[in-house]
Formats: sequence, C-alpha cells, structure tokens
Amino acid sequence: MILTLAFRNLFHDRVRLAVTLIGILFSIVLVAVQLGLYLGSSRMITSNIDNARGELWITAFGAKSFEDGGLLLHSAERHQALAAAGVAEVIPLVVSFAEWRRPNGGSTRVVVVGTDPEDGGLVPWSLTDGTWLDVKSPDGIAVDKSYLAELDVKGIGDTAQVAHGRVRIKALTEGVRSFTQAPYAYMPISRARHLLGAPGDATSFYLVKLQPGADVESVRRDLKSRFESAEVLTAEEFRDRSLNTWLFQTGAGVALIGGALLGLLVGTVIVAQTLYSSTKDHLAEFATLRALGSSSGYIHKVILGQAGLSAVIGYVLGMIIALAVVYASRGTPLPMVMTPWLAAALFAVTIFMCAISQLSAIFKVTKIDPAMVFSK
Amino acid sequence: MKREPVLEAVDIVKELGSGAAKVQALKGVSMALRPSELTLLMGPSGSGKTTLLSILGCILKPTSGDVRVVGESTIGMSAEQLATVRRAHIGFIFQSYNLFPTLSAIENVRIALDVRGQSGFKAAARAEEVLRDVGLGHRLRYHPGNMSGGEQQRVAVARAIAASPSVVLADEPTAALDTENGHAVMALLARIAKEQARSVLVVTHDPRTLPYADRVVRIEDGRIVGEERRPEGLDAPEITDLAKRRKAHA
Ligand SMILES: Nc1ncnc2c1ncn2[C@@H]1O[C@H](COP(=O)(O)OP(=O)(O)OP(=O)(O)O)[C@@H](O)[C@H]1O
Ligand SMILES: [Mg+2]
Repeated sequence: MILTLAFRNLFHDRVRLAVTLIGILFSIVLVAVQLGLYLGSSRMITSNIDNARGELWITAFGAKSFEDGGLLLHSAERHQALAAAGVAEVIPLVVSFAEWRRPNGGSTRVVVVGTDPEDGGLVPWSLTDGTWLDVKSPDGIAVDKSYLAELDVKGIGDTAQVAHGRVRIKALTEGVRSFTQAPYAYMPISRARHLLGAPGDATSFYLVKLQPGADVESVRRDLKSRFESAEVLTAEEFRDRSLNTWLFQTGAGVALIGGALLGLLVGTVIVAQTLYSSTKDHLAEFATLRALGSSSGYIHKVILGQAGLSAVIGYVLGMIIALAVVYASRGTPLPMVMTPWLAAALFAVTIFMCAISQLSAIFKVTKIDPAMVFSK
Repeated sequence: MKREPVLEAVDIVKELGSGAAKVQALKGVSMALRPSELTLLMGPSGSGKTTLLSILGCILKPTSGDVRVVGESTIGMSAEQLATVRRAHIGFIFQSYNLFPTLSAIENVRIALDVRGQSGFKAAARAEEVLRDVGLGHRLRYHPGNMSGGEQQRVAVARAIAASPSVVLADEPTAALDTENGHAVMALLARIAKEQARSVLVVTHDPRTLPYADRVVRIEDGRIVGEERRPEGLDAPEITDLAKRRKAHA
C-alpha cells in the first residue's frame, strides 16, 4: 500500500510529476554526458598505454604523457635494462608529434607512433582495412578512418608528406581517436625514425616485459638505480600521469566534473522543491494517516516511495536520452562513452539525489499535527 | 451489569492557544466509554467537543489529567507511543470523511490495515468484507470522488472498524449528510456497537442522531453538564422524549 499511495500521489498531479522528471532527467543527462565525455577522453588518452603489453615503461625524465616522450632514450638504456635481473624483453617505441602536409595545401599535426608489433610491445588494434604487413610495405602507415578528411586523404593508397618523408596509407583503424585531435599514424619504428630525422637508436619509450614470477617493484627499483635521466613507471602510473596531464593540467577534466556536479545540484534543487510541494499538498492525508495510527516511519516510507519512484522513472527516461547522445556522438571527435559501471553509478547518483531531495519533505511531515484532521 | 470502561478520561484539563489567545477548552472533564454502548457527546459550538474527542483518541495530549486505554494510563507517552495506542485500539470517523482521494474504496480500507502491518490477501479480503458489511459491496473499486457523501462516510466507517478497534470515535459524522444518509450511518454505528461489542462515541449537534443513542453526554463551556442514559428495555424514542422534556424545562 505504501507504494500504491506513493504512486498515486505522484501521478495525481501530472504537471508536478513532469517538473520532477524533467529535473531528474536534466541531471542525469547532464551528468551522463559530462562523465561520459570524461570517460571517453580518458580512454582516448590512455588507449595506447592500455594496448601496450609490458609491465614497466622507461621514459625520458619528466615525460608527462604518451605524446610527450621526446626522442631522448638510446640503446644504452636498453642494454642497461636488459642487464637487470627479472627483465625478459625491452621493446622500443617512437612517439612524436609531426607535421602532416595536406595534399591539397595546408598542414596539420599527427602523432607518429613507431612500433614493431613483432616484438610484442604495442600492436595496433582495431585494424579494419588492410593489415600490418601492408603497413610494412614501402612508405606504409595506418591511420584512423575518422581522420581521413582532416588529413585531406580519401583512403588506402593515398599519399602525403610527413615531416621529412613521404607516407602512403596502407591500412585503416576504426575508433582509434586522439584526445589531442592530432591523429595517430602507426608505422614501423625505422620508418618513424626516418621521417622524424632521428638517429637510428633514438627512442621515446622502452616497454619492459618481465620474466615470469619477477617482482615488478624490485625490478623497478633495480632499473631506477641504473638510469640517470630516465624514469621507470608502471603502466598504471604512466596512465595516471597521462590522464593528469591532459585532463587536469589543461582544466578539461575539471570542467567536465564541475559540469556534472552542477547538473546534480540543479536536479536536486528541482526535485527537492517538487517533492516538498507535493508533500505540502498531501499534508491533510498524511495527518489522516497519522491519526489512523501510522508510525512516522510509515509516512516517511510513503515520501521515500515517491522519491524512489521518481528516481526510477527519471533514470529510465534519462538513460534513454543519454544513450541517444552516446549514439549521436559516435562519429564526433569527442565520442561520449557509456559503460555498465557508469550506468550503475548514474543510478546510484539518481537515488542519492532523490534521497537528499526528500529530506525537506520529511522534515515537513515530522511537524504534522494529527489534530488537524478535525479542522474542516 | 456494568462492564469495565475501554476508554476513560480522568480530570482532563486542556489549554489551547497561547498568550492572550489562551483558552481553557476543557476544565476538568471525566468520562468513561464502555463496550456495546453508543454515546452521543452534544453541546454548543465551541464547548470543547472536538477537543475532548481528540484527547480521548490520543491525538491531543491533555494539559493535565489522564486518558486510560483499556485500563492503561497514557501519561508521559511520546507521540510515537500514542500512535501505537491509536493503531491498537481506536478507529476514527471524521465530518469530512478524510478519505484518500487517489485510492479506491477498498484501498482506503486496506491502508488502515496496512498501517497496522496487515497486508496481502487476508487484508484485502478483510477490507472487502467490511465494505460489504456497510453495504458497499458494489462500490469496492470506486474512488471517493465518484461516490455520494453517504457512501464516502460508509467507507470511512468501514476504514474505522476494519482492524476491529475497541473504540470508534466519530466527530460530526452526519453533519455533511442528508437525512437519509445520516440515518443510515447512525444505524450502522449503532449496529457496530451492539453486534461487535465496541464502544462508539459520536460528537454531534444533530438531533436526528438521538434515537440511536444508549447514552447522551452534554458538554458546555468545557464542562460536562449532564448525562442521560436510556433505561434498560426502553426504546429509542424515549430518549428523544427525554431530550424534548429537557428542552422544555430549560
Ligand atoms: N488551536 C486552538 N487554539 C486556540 N483555541 C482553540 C484551538 N482549537 C480550539 N480552540 C478553542 O477551544 C474551544 C473548544 O473548541 P472545540 O473545537 O473543541 O469546540 P467544539 O465543541 O468542537 O465546537 P464545534 O461544535 O464548533 O465543532 C473553542 O473555544 C475554540 O475556539
Ligand atoms: Mg468540533
């Protein structure tokens, strides 16, 4: 009966219900979009690190992100690393911004990623057209489909000038986006060095694979002691550092999270207001319930039921819209991401919002005087 | 044979309002309600009838004095404990019915059971049973807005008695009803008192209610000023005569 009464109270006043739902919807969609963009951004920022196989990263001292490695490491570090106990493989990666000349004039920036997947380090993922073998043919590179227009090319077979050399698109990836909006161009490491005009052993990162059973922490300590101007980070640390650089030092992440909090606040205020006025309108009924001998807990449950029902309905509607936004943002430079985790978190947020909102209503009914049932 | 009272007010004083507007609504009232008895509480407007009913019903706390429910004192009880007492022993009927407009007749009765922790099939069956008993078997799914005043008040009666309280307290239950419906509701209340051995107290201005009374208590200016009891074996009209005679004297 508690839910029945809550439900009827809620649907009794359609206008107010609509306002409540719009409040919740607004909140959910805003929070979903902001957090979805945050997640989407995080994924873009860490995708290369997440796809690289290696427990440790050797980076130039102070490298702030995957794009910020420079070309400061050399084979000396590789040999030093290989000498450490517990190290199985040390795989070089070359990563650097470079200028891409658009075939029909103008230029844009790309991130050259030199990797030899045969080493088992960073293997380009989501190759949908062409294979790595194609990329290995003369001048071959792989870029993401979504950036073809930006790069001023049509597809496989087209050529362009990158830094000091010519490249030809030989394979395409799908969904490999870049937070910096400079597309990743994957190629064998020797071609990357050649394009960038770097010496034959210049390297941005060494990916370290450990021998089975080796202790990550002790290998890391050992490696650290061997280098003067290189750092040794776990993959996790490197991820965090990249996220921190792009999301927090640029303020982008703060804006996204701030937007989410603002959405939450506005939604809470709207829902609190409507729940409060609903309770006020139904005060005589709550007083009757109280006169009939209901405990105050029973009445609180009715209000909680109203809040909970609003939350569930608002959540369902909000998620439908949020998923539509996810779908619509698929092809944009900043796609929004929805995960089961985010969906669950949003549900928790909605419940929390409604729980906070009903406090004022609860406070109102605790002051009910059942004697008002006799006033006509 | 005099049965033990189920509800008893002892030396009740009640002050209402504060400061200059302070009123002593009850000035030392004692009254007992016994099972199988329909008592009318009559008196002029402002004499303290509703106040006394609220105190007997454990809705208002007296300024001094005690309300004993089945022999137990309620002095010092918290609002929550008083609610528990109401839940266990008392059913209410109001002048303006106070039904839940968004609930159907049967749901209105069920919620009174639900409040007492009775839910599910048994509660639904019980709600239907009492509604049939008050003659509303054909209105179970009607909402208050679609029922006549008399029907609404009978739903309220069903709600009051559904959980079998020992006392039913009614404040002006017939005031909003026409003659026919007023009689129907009073007949129902009288039957409840007789058949189910409950104590029924009806606050009223309405002389049409007199034939149904076993006892009439009169209150004026916060004091009980008289009580008439229908002698055993005497028919209802007698008490009406009593009232008439009283009026003639005055
Ligand atoms: N909340 C209040 N504050 C101050 N005085 C009050 C309050 N409620 C009632 N009173 C006063 O207490 C007295 C008794 O009121 P009560 O409602 O019990 O009368 P009543 O006999 O039920 O009258 P009626 O027949 O008009 O319903 C009246 O003088 C009334 O004005
Ligand atoms: Mg009154």
